[in-house]
Amino acid sequence: MTVTHSSAGSVRGRPRGTSRQSRAGVAFVAGYVLLLIAFGVLPTCYAIYFAFTNAGGAFTGISNFVTTAQDFRFVDSLGHVALYLVFWLLSLVVFVVVLALLLHRLSSGPVSQALRFLYYIPGALAGAASVLVWLFMLDPTVSPVSSLLETLGFHTFGEVIAPGNLALLFTIIAFWTGAGGWIVVMYGALNNIPRDVMEAARIDGANGWQTAWRVQIPMLRKWIVYMVILAFAGGAQLFVEPQLLSLASTGVAGRDYSLNQLTYDFAFQMNNINGAAAVSVELLVVSVSVAGVFVARSGFFDAD
Amino acid sequence: MTSRLLAGSVLTVFVVFFVLPVLWLLLAATKTDQQLVHDNPLSFGSWHALKANWHALTAFQDDAVLLWLRNSALYAAISLVITLCLAIPAGYALAMTEFRGRRTLLIATLVVMLMPNATLVVPLFLEINAVHLIGTMWSIILPYSFYPFGVYLTYIYFTTAVPKDLLAAARMDGCSEFGVFRHVALPLATPVIALVGFFSFVANWTNYFLPYVMLPESDQMPIQVGVGSLLSNVPSFNPTVGALAIQRPQLALATLVAITPVLVVFLFAQRFLVSGMLAGATKE
Repeated sequence: MTVTHSSAGSVRGRPRGTSRQSRAGVAFVAGYVLLLIAFGVLPTCYAIYFAFTNAGGAFTGISNFVTTAQDFRFVDSLGHVALYLVFWLLSLVVFVVVLALLLHRLSSGPVSQALRFLYYIPGALAGAASVLVWLFMLDPTVSPVSSLLETLGFHTFGEVIAPGNLALLFTIIAFWTGAGGWIVVMYGALNNIPRDVMEAARIDGANGWQTAWRVQIPMLRKWIVYMVILAFAGGAQLFVEPQLLSLASTGVAGRDYSLNQLTYDFAFQMNNINGAAAVSVELLVVSVSVAGVFVARSGFFDAD
Repeated sequence: MTSRLLAGSVLTVFVVFFVLPVLWLLLAATKTDQQLVHDNPLSFGSWHALKANWHALTAFQDDAVLLWLRNSALYAAISLVITLCLAIPAGYALAMTEFRGRRTLLIATLVVMLMPNATLVVPLFLEINAVHLIGTMWSIILPYSFYPFGVYLTYIYFTTAVPKDLLAAARMDGCSEFGVFRHVALPLATPVIALVGFFSFVANWTNYFLPYVMLPESDQMPIQVGVGSLLSNVPSFNPTVGALAIQRPQLALATLVAITPVLVVFLFAQRFLVSGMLAGATKE
């Protein structure tokens, strides 16, 4: 894209026009660049600086990383977040793709449109609201599905939110709020598959399953990768769900379930800013590298 | 035929999963705590109980809920304006003009977009603290205003939906660069402006971690942090609270109040959403 543009400029042979354009381009991005530096670049540098120094500002190498990693809660919260990410990403990929394919087979009738809208509604309840709703759903005394909870052997709220269940419960909450939007995106991507490709598959005698597996899912690949990247980045920063649950459970769920809660604790309860920064930097490095690997391997951003 | 039946039942089960909690929430706000426990979970309580719940909710800390709503609206609106004023021109310039550092800026935007921003909350706190803005509304409005995803959406939109020849023609006609943006690009950009506005508004309205850290005083909290603090005043979730207790139906009502603005904006933006989310899908 870059190439076509600059060549078009030189064909007309008007370097003055180009420099005028270049000045305007800089002016148009200036405000955004300021924010990018202030709230993207600077805090990242700040976090790295704090992660490698002590409270007095002296360079300490990796000692903050070692100290935090040896904290008795670190391995636990790392494991919690990892387990949650596995559940969350798996459920998202499987159910979103299946539901989008099913909706797409319904053709573009009003039923499909209505269903997409209904699936999308919980998206408006992101943040604290979704957690509050699910605190009620998971409390057998008031839940509309209390009989289901009882069948599964849960009679009190405390039993439902036992520490072993939390990864699954956070997955349900996150899926409930987030899946609808992705179903709409996948549905749209399915609509964009050229008609003749689908036609060819049908003429070759492929049934619904084969078309989905051999034609549609491979063509959704980029979008699935995109979803996984964003869901990974979002899932790794788990905070509001365990934080609110810890408020509501009087100690059943601790305040140190996720890595971000641990960062908060290091920074604001234990006054260990440098340790908090070390955990932040680890999260950043892992998230950006995972995203980088996915982007590089799938070629998601090579579109131009 | 059986496969159709199977497909139908899967789709229906998910409708129940997605809709039942919302329905329950709407009805819960119309009940007393007694009714919530003993009545059918999907029954309507009474208008009287709804009114009583509203009074009990607003009485909590002298209208704190209304104050939190006002705070949220203020924070989200100001940062929305700044976001739109900065992100739309930036995305336009990245897509349609040529300048030194363009590629670097594009890559930086992609990287920052993929960074989990909650991990930056602690360093942001330190930075804001260093310039003495902690406890002011700017400590969350300014970070909210930085919205790389909006720049990326605008960039995608202009590269795919607006032909460069159109701008070239306007330039030939003697339009200044700002004039080209103002009179040619901007009118064409309405769908993407609506989309960026919607996403940034929802992201800011529902953010919890950043204001939780930056604005610890109760009278500065946005509604999200506010309902979180209501939660710790509900006896059945937290038996240690005393006389100032909040009942569960009031908490349900508070949750409804907290999501109403998002729901309203969502209904208005809906027609842009589907077409806009697919703006990227046509980029092949």
